Amino acid sequence: MSESQQKQKSGGGGEGGESGASGDGAKKLAKKGEALKEEMDSLMDEIDEVLEENAEEFVKNYVQRGGE
Amino acid sequence: MAIPKVMGTEIEYGITVTNDRDFDPISSCVLLVNAYREERAARILWDYDQENPLADARGFQVDGEKYTPNQQENIARNKTLENGARYYVDHAHPEYSCPEVTNPRDLVIHERAGERIVEISRREACALLPEGMQMLIHKNNSDHKGNSYGSHENYLMDRRTSFKQIVEHLMPFFVTRQVYSGAGKVGSENRAHRCAYQLSQRADFFETEVALDTMVKRPIVNTRDEPHADREKYRRLHVIVGDSNMSEYTIWLRQGVTALVLAMIEDGAVSRDLSLRDPVRAIKDVSHDPSLKQTVELQNGRRLTAVQLQAEYLELAQRYAASRQLEPWYAEVLKEWETTLAALARNPLELADRIDWIIKKVMIERFMDRKGLDWEAAQVQMMDLQYHDLRPEKGLYHLLERQGQVRRMVTDAEIMRAITEPPEDTRAYFRGHCLKRYGDQVFGVNWDSISFGIGDEPIKRVLMAEPLKGSKAHVADLLHRSKDAAELVRNLRA
Repeated sequence: MSESQQKQKSGGGGEGGESGASGDGAKKLAKKGEALKEEMDSLMDEIDEVLEENAEEFVKNYVQRGGE
Repeated sequence: MAIPKVMGTEIEYGITVTNDRDFDPISSCVLLVNAYREERAARILWDYDQENPLADARGFQVDGEKYTPNQQENIARNKTLENGARYYVDHAHPEYSCPEVTNPRDLVIHERAGERIVEISRREACALLPEGMQMLIHKNNSDHKGNSYGSHENYLMDRRTSFKQIVEHLMPFFVTRQVYSGAGKVGSENRAHRCAYQLSQRADFFETEVALDTMVKRPIVNTRDEPHADREKYRRLHVIVGDSNMSEYTIWLRQGVTALVLAMIEDGAVSRDLSLRDPVRAIKDVSHDPSLKQTVELQNGRRLTAVQLQAEYLELAQRYAASRQLEPWYAEVLKEWETTLAALARNPLELADRIDWIIKKVMIERFMDRKGLDWEAAQVQMMDLQYHDLRPEKGLYHLLERQGQVRRMVTDAEIMRAITEPPEDTRAYFRGHCLKRYGDQVFGVNWDSISFGIGDEPIKRVLMAEPLKGSKAHVADLLHRSKDAAELVRNLRA
């Protein structure tokens, strides 16, 4: 596959934790978890910002004709 | 031996104009399509002589009126582009049919180039609207009020494979492939059972197993027999069961796996009877269960989940691929298909960076958690819609892509190039380069022909019945030697 895949991050949801983490490992994991949470928080902030303000009105008025 | 799976997609986009009380979708579509300024596209006709949407693959002709617009209307509604695509108005939707390609990676590039072209014209069209109005385009398939529009895939098939065989082996595959090809939808419609969230935008709309119709009583397998190529040798399988996907990985996998299964059908390699007892019900049952635990019943009484049923096809495909020399991209597809099915069986969340319905679901659920919203909330429905918004600054898929949250399959540079450059390995190369070189003399175009108006001579039509001929390797030299269309026609005859 293409080189363009290289910079992708480790999946949005990979929750399967590493087993036997203790001491340093656990700290690292907690840190990683924290970083992930921060990333998610900032993503949610951004979604909040761009989401159409008058959602109710918008959704109600969104009518299309059947096609194909 | 299966024939090469030349492929393409036709995407119908949702269109709306904000704050426009008299919004008319058709005139908005005409405005949009004509706002795309590609110099030569402005005067070229779409050649309806070659069209026959009423021919049925089961061997008969359906009564009905064929649509042929007058010349002025034709030019206003149809644009043939230098990249070999057709950009046009179909009923009340803008539609982009990408040029013919030979593999799923090129398909991703050209389908996404189409998104850019529509977005470029949207911005141009917005500048022509009265203040306070804005045109918005969504790459989705439903308005959540019972109206659906399509996303169609096309695959070249060998005419010798009986249509009955195709239907039999494809039906269970089409019912279940939505576990990795669904675009996701909040709620249900069209009188389907209520649900909070489902895999597919389109599943609620399929009401019959096999038919010619695409607008009413939609069939899981569509029988339109319009090969746009040598009718003795080929058929074009017109697939209407899919969703418009945003994720590159989802598009790539959907195209690749479907092409592989079609090659297997041509080679008689789907040797198991996987027929479903009730496909129309099963397609909705599968879509309505994001836990993927729902089983569907086979004719022989077995019950399988959709993922298990896909795994049956995968196993047959692995055996098929091991026994012959296939193009390298098939191995890539096979590997990713296996990885995806394993993750779906284990924990679908692992695919939250690549499969549309999972990307969308995880994003919405996180937002709901944070805001204390439920699935009925207007903001949640708005997120579903806005995931498909083509505006880079507003579209939620675009936002995730910018943040590196979704897996890419191609580069932006490749997409940008495909806005103006046709694929090099199909007849789209000839079509696109004729437009680039002899645009002023091109009179009309269809998928399998291009006609030239040279001075006062009668129109000269060049037929392209072979989708793989007219590639760069075939015609680059011919085009180079022909400085105008008259010379091209002379050289073709020589």
